[in-house]
Amino acid sequence: MNMNISPGGLQHDDDDVPLYAAQKKVYPQRVSGTFRRIKWGLMAFCLGVYYLLPFIRWNRGLGAPSQAVLIDFPNRRFYFFFIELWPQEVYYFTGLLILAAFALFLMNALGGRIWCGYLCPQTVWTDLFYAVERWAEGDRRERIKADASPMTAGRLARRAAKHVIWLMIAWWTGGAWVLYFSDAPTLVRDLATFQAPLIAYLWIGILTATTYLLAGYAREQVCVYMCPWPRIQAALTDEWALNVTYKYDRGDPRCSVKKAIDLRALGEKVGDCVDCNQCVAVCPTGIDIRDGAQLDCIQCGLCIDACDTVMKKIGRPTRLIGYDNDINIKRRIAGKPEIFKPIRARTIVYISLIGVVCSVMLYALLTRSLLDVNVLHDRNPVAVKLSDGSVRNGYTLRFLNKRGFDRVIAIDIDGPEDARLRAIGIDSITPDRPAIVLGRDQTTEVRLMVTAPLDEVEGGSVPIKFRITDVGLGEVTSATDHFVVPER
Amino acid sequence: MSEHNELDKVTGRTTTGHEWDGIKELNTPLPRWWVLTFYATILWAIGYWVVYPAWPLVSGYTTGILHYTNREAVAQDLAKLEQLRGEKMAVLGNASLADIEKDPNLLALARARGKTVFADNCAPCHGSGAAGAKGYPNLNDDDWLWGGSLEQIMQTIQFGARSGHAKTHEGQMLAFGRDGILKPDQIVTVANYVRTLSGLSSAPGYDATAGRKLFEENCVSCHGDGGKGNQELGAPNLTDQIWLFGSDEATLVETITNGRAGVMPAWVGRIDPVTVKALAVYVHSLGGGK
Repeated sequence: MNMNISPGGLQHDDDDVPLYAAQKKVYPQRVSGTFRRIKWGLMAFCLGVYYLLPFIRWNRGLGAPSQAVLIDFPNRRFYFFFIELWPQEVYYFTGLLILAAFALFLMNALGGRIWCGYLCPQTVWTDLFYAVERWAEGDRRERIKADASPMTAGRLARRAAKHVIWLMIAWWTGGAWVLYFSDAPTLVRDLATFQAPLIAYLWIGILTATTYLLAGYAREQVCVYMCPWPRIQAALTDEWALNVTYKYDRGDPRCSVKKAIDLRALGEKVGDCVDCNQCVAVCPTGIDIRDGAQLDCIQCGLCIDACDTVMKKIGRPTRLIGYDNDINIKRRIAGKPEIFKPIRARTIVYISLIGVVCSVMLYALLTRSLLDVNVLHDRNPVAVKLSDGSVRNGYTLRFLNKRGFDRVIAIDIDGPEDARLRAIGIDSITPDRPAIVLGRDQTTEVRLMVTAPLDEVEGGSVPIKFRITDVGLGEVTSATDHFVVPER
Repeated sequence: MSEHNELDKVTGRTTTGHEWDGIKELNTPLPRWWVLTFYATILWAIGYWVVYPAWPLVSGYTTGILHYTNREAVAQDLAKLEQLRGEKMAVLGNASLADIEKDPNLLALARARGKTVFADNCAPCHGSGAAGAKGYPNLNDDDWLWGGSLEQIMQTIQFGARSGHAKTHEGQMLAFGRDGILKPDQIVTVANYVRTLSGLSSAPGYDATAGRKLFEENCVSCHGDGGKGNQELGAPNLTDQIWLFGSDEATLVETITNGRAGVMPAWVGRIDPVTVKALAVYVHSLGGGK
C-alpha cells in the first residue's frame, strides 16, 4: 500500500526549540543582613582552612614529614595530623565519602540546600568573585548601565582591575592546592625562585583556569546545568524539610505600599509583598523566589536579607521570605499553628547511619594494626625434598612496619611438628626463631624456609601459621598458609 | 529499482533509488566537512610517506627525506639505564659474596638481578623456579654435585661442568656395561646394592655380598667409601634421598651400563662478573645453599 502524505499533514513534535539556552547575565545587588553575615563568616572559615592548612606543622620525628596534612605521592603516604595512612588503607576515604553523602542528606532533610547556599566551593568562590566585581565595577545598577552603554577608558580600567584580582585569587587557589602534595614552605620558596617541578606549575595553571572560568564566568550555570545534586536533592527532599520560601499566604495579593495602606484602611485583604523586586535583584542565580521552589535556587538566603530590609522600612513584620515549608503555609491559611518537625524518621535514620559509619571508622582507626605480615608461598617448586628425605617449603614474608621507628620482630610457626625455620640472609642468635629488624615506616621482605622431618607429615598439605612478635612492644600479628608435602 | 533522483515529498530530499517493500532510501551524502577531512588524511598519509620512514623493503625500508630515526634515543636510554645500574652494580661488584648475603639491601638487589638473569639463561634446563628435571639438578634442595657454598656455586656458574672450558669441573661416570667392565648380571647386582645404600628395597634373590664386593672394586674410587659421593669429581652421594636420574632398578642399570655425563655450559664471558655474582647469591638463597 502506498500512503500519500503531504508534508503539511504530518504531525511533528515541537522540536524546533534549540537545546541550548543562552546565558542571561545576572547582576546580583549588594545586600546586608543575617544571612549575608553567616555567608561572610563561612566563606572566611572555608577559605582560611583551604589556604592555611598546608602551613600547619606537626612533629612526627626526624625523617618524617612535618606537615599536618600531606598527600605524599612519591612515598605513597597520606598524613592527617596524628593519622598516617598507607595505600592499602584507602578504604578510610570510602568511609569519609559515605559520611559526606549522609551529612549532605541530613542537611537537606533539615534545611534544604544548605550545602549549595553556604558551603559548596562553587558558591564560596563565586560569592567572592561577585564581591570583587561589585568593588571594581559598582553595584547592580551601575553594572547594568555600564554594560548597556559604550565602553570608556575608566570602565576598561575598572574591568581590567577586576580580572587581575580574579586571576590572583584563582592563582592562589591553584597555589594552595599543590601545597597539599609537598612540603608547603619549601614548595613556596621553590615556586618563587622557579625551582619547583613543572608539574606544580602545571597544576597551579589548571586550577587557576578552572577557578577563573567557573567562578568568574560559568557561575550559576554550574549549579543549574552541570551539577547533579539539584536533581538528586529534589528526589531526596520531603514536605517537612525547611527551604527558603516565599510565604504567599502572607505576601499575596501584591500591591504597592501606598495602595496597600489605602486598601487596609478599607478593611480589604492585602498581602505584605510590595513587588519591589529586591529579592530578584540580590539573587546570585537571577531567579524570582516568589515562583516557588525551583531547581535554580541554591537557597543562599540572600533574598531573605533583602526582603527583611524592605519589610523593616515599611513597618511590616520580617521574614516574608524565610526558611519555611508548604505544610506551614497551608496550615496558616487554614488558621492552624505552625509546626516544625526536625526530628522525624529520615533525620533519625541519617543521624544513626552517620553515627554507625563514624563508630566503625573510629574503631578501625584505633584498632588498626601497625604491624602487618603477608605470606606468599613459593609456587615453583611448591615443595622440595631434601637429601635426608625431609620436606622443605619456601615462603616470602612481607612485613609492614607502620610505626615511626625501627623495631625487631621474632618469627614463630605453628605447623608441622618438629618443623625448623630458617630465614635467608638473617644472622640470628636464635636460629630457630629468626629475629628481623624492620625499618620504620616501610615494608621488609624476607625469604623463609620451613623444613619438616619425613615422618611427621602425611602427603598433601597441613596448615601453617606464622606468628610475628614485636620483641620490644609485645605487639603480635599472624598470617596463615599451607605446608605442602609432595607425593612420594 | 525505481528512478534515481526521485524527490521525497516529506523531507524534500532525493532518494538513492533503492527500494524495499515500498520503503525508499533517502540520499544522505556524507557531510562536506567529513569528506574534506577524509581527503586531508589521505594527503597527510602521502606526505608522511615522503617525509618519514614508512615502507618496508626487501632489506631495509624507505627512510623518507628527513631520514628520521629514534635509534639514538633508544641508545641514550639504554646508556642511561646502564649508568643507573652501574652505580648499584658497582656496589655489588665490590662486596664479597658473604657480605652481600648479610646486607638486606644488597641481598634484595642481588636476588632481583639474579632472578631475571636466571630466567633468561638458566631456566631452560633448571626450570623457571630452579626445581630441575631428570638429569638437571634441583637447585632448591641441599644436595650438591659440585658443592653448594657461595664460592662453589659461583665457580660452577662461571666454568660449568664438562663444558670444555679449561677450568671446568671434570669427572665422568664410566659406561661400565657398554665398555665391558661389568657383565649385565653384575650390573643388576650392583644396582640393587646401590639401592640398599639409601634404604631402598632390593630385588628378591639378590646377592648382597657380591654387590658389596662389586661396589668396592668399581665404584668407591669416585663415589667414596659407603657411596657418600665426592664433590671434586661431581660424583653424587648415593646414600641420600635425592636422585638426579632416578632410583628405580631399570634407571640405575642404564646409568651403570652407559654412564652419565651431564653438561653445564661455562657462563664466564657470556654473563658479566658482577651479574654472575648476583646469580650465585640468588641460587644460594633459593634455599639450597650450604
